[in-house]
Amino acid sequence: MLSTTSAQRVSTAFRVDLWTRVLVLLLFVYVIYAASQIGFSWERFVSGLDNGARFLKRMFPPDLSKMDILWKGISESLQIAVLASVAGILISLPLGLMGARNLMPAWLSWTARTLIAICRSLHPVIMAILFVKAVGFGALAGTLALVVASIGFIGKLFADAIEEISEKQVEAIRATGAPFPNLVLFGVLPQVLSRFIGFSTYQLDSNLRNSTMVGIVGAGGIGGPLFSAFQRFDYSFVFTILVTIIMIIVVGELLANYVKKVFYV
Amino acid sequence: MSHSLEIRGLVKAYTPGNPVLKSIDLDVDGTGLTAIIGPSGTGKSTLIRCINRLVDPTSGTINLCSDGRCVDLAGLKGRALRENRRLIGMVFQEFNLVERLTVMENLLCGRLGYVGAWAAWRRKFPQADVEHAFDLLETVGLGDFANQRADALSGGQRQRVGIARALMQRPKVLLADEPTSSLDPKTSFEIMLLLKEQGRLNNIPVIVNMHDVELARRYADRVIGMSGGQIVYDGAPDGLSDEFLKQIYGGEAWL
Repeated sequence: MLSTTSAQRVSTAFRVDLWTRVLVLLLFVYVIYAASQIGFSWERFVSGLDNGARFLKRMFPPDLSKMDILWKGISESLQIAVLASVAGILISLPLGLMGARNLMPAWLSWTARTLIAICRSLHPVIMAILFVKAVGFGALAGTLALVVASIGFIGKLFADAIEEISEKQVEAIRATGAPFPNLVLFGVLPQVLSRFIGFSTYQLDSNLRNSTMVGIVGAGGIGGPLFSAFQRFDYSFVFTILVTIIMIIVVGELLANYVKKVFYV
Repeated sequence: MSHSLEIRGLVKAYTPGNPVLKSIDLDVDGTGLTAIIGPSGTGKSTLIRCINRLVDPTSGTINLCSDGRCVDLAGLKGRALRENRRLIGMVFQEFNLVERLTVMENLLCGRLGYVGAWAAWRRKFPQADVEHAFDLLETVGLGDFANQRADALSGGQRQRVGIARALMQRPKVLLADEPTSSLDPKTSFEIMLLLKEQGRLNNIPVIVNMHDVELARRYADRVIGMSGGQIVYDGAPDGLSDEFLKQIYGGEAWL
């Protein structure tokens, strides 16, 4: 390409991709179309705000008279979240390893990955409905639903993290004659541990939020009282519950940061 | 006790019909440092990696004899392969340390073929191994670095840890795949000297792949020249004539 002038070369250095532009434009057009289909309009928004103001007014003052119901629901939610996280992580560790295509034969990794994908395919609330039908109302159904959801999420993240490790370190351990379990402990685990901690704390955070929701379909936790308070128009109790949930999530976040700090170094 | 390696008719073809190694015959015994030199892509690395079976040979035999017992490494699988790999130490071009583990943990990796998973997980290595590791750290000049993480070390320090890890295996043969290619000239000399000394001290043969002809001339007791997947020179380093180097590397401007 000696004949190309420098001007031509500069103009082609950052070529504009026509398809990218077309796709962005199409997305923009679709957003406007979708908004018009759903019937968004300024008047609708203003009347909605009005309604919202009345709703907020009825939340005050927060109802602090039902602390026993609140505590029972919240503690059950916490139990569901912690149990589901621990069980989900413990099952995801071997499953994630089995799903890593760089360490496992194809038949095993595809089996594990299919299993993980099935766990991830349904929303935790739908999973909770299924488990309520299968094992009956209560915290067991909620815990099982969140165990499955946890496997679907961190199982995949674990497997992907293991696939991204440096082969060189594994090769060196293999060359020492180490058997497979030792290879995993010294060649693989140190490379992925800090990411595993990150994924696990994220999953605990996610399970804390989801455990407040599975109760809406009768799978235990604070979601049940929250839903019935909504239905009774008992908005001042709704407010108490929501503030409590927010506080738990914030505390969980601080805790997660602390755990990460301990392990990331 | 002497240890020896006897390679016969070794062929490796990554794609069928296009061999990288074309029937290699090679005997290495005693305690000297054998340098394998040759241009890139000529199969030096493949040859080294066939010996400890990080690469599976297509055909041929690789007999490792130690203490009067010989094993054909080329035919091994599973547990037998792992048990014989323990006898072969390997030093890598890019050190291949486990970055997030400490220097001490990296050294003890050399014993992973001998300890169970439960003990390894709890870092319960036999006291003799731990003492050996501290001795080796002193030997390679990193006595104060036991609890440093490997990713905090410089290139030369990492390669010293790599050598110490290989020696932790108490190997019968020490292999090194381009151990100095990622290092500066001064450190390269130090690393070569360390490999040579440790070979003599432990009474084992050391086989080193390298690009650097000067380094080979200076430290090798024996030089193997490879070109096009075959051995084209085998002899003393001072027998390497410019004429011959021209033949295996091609060209002459670099000489």
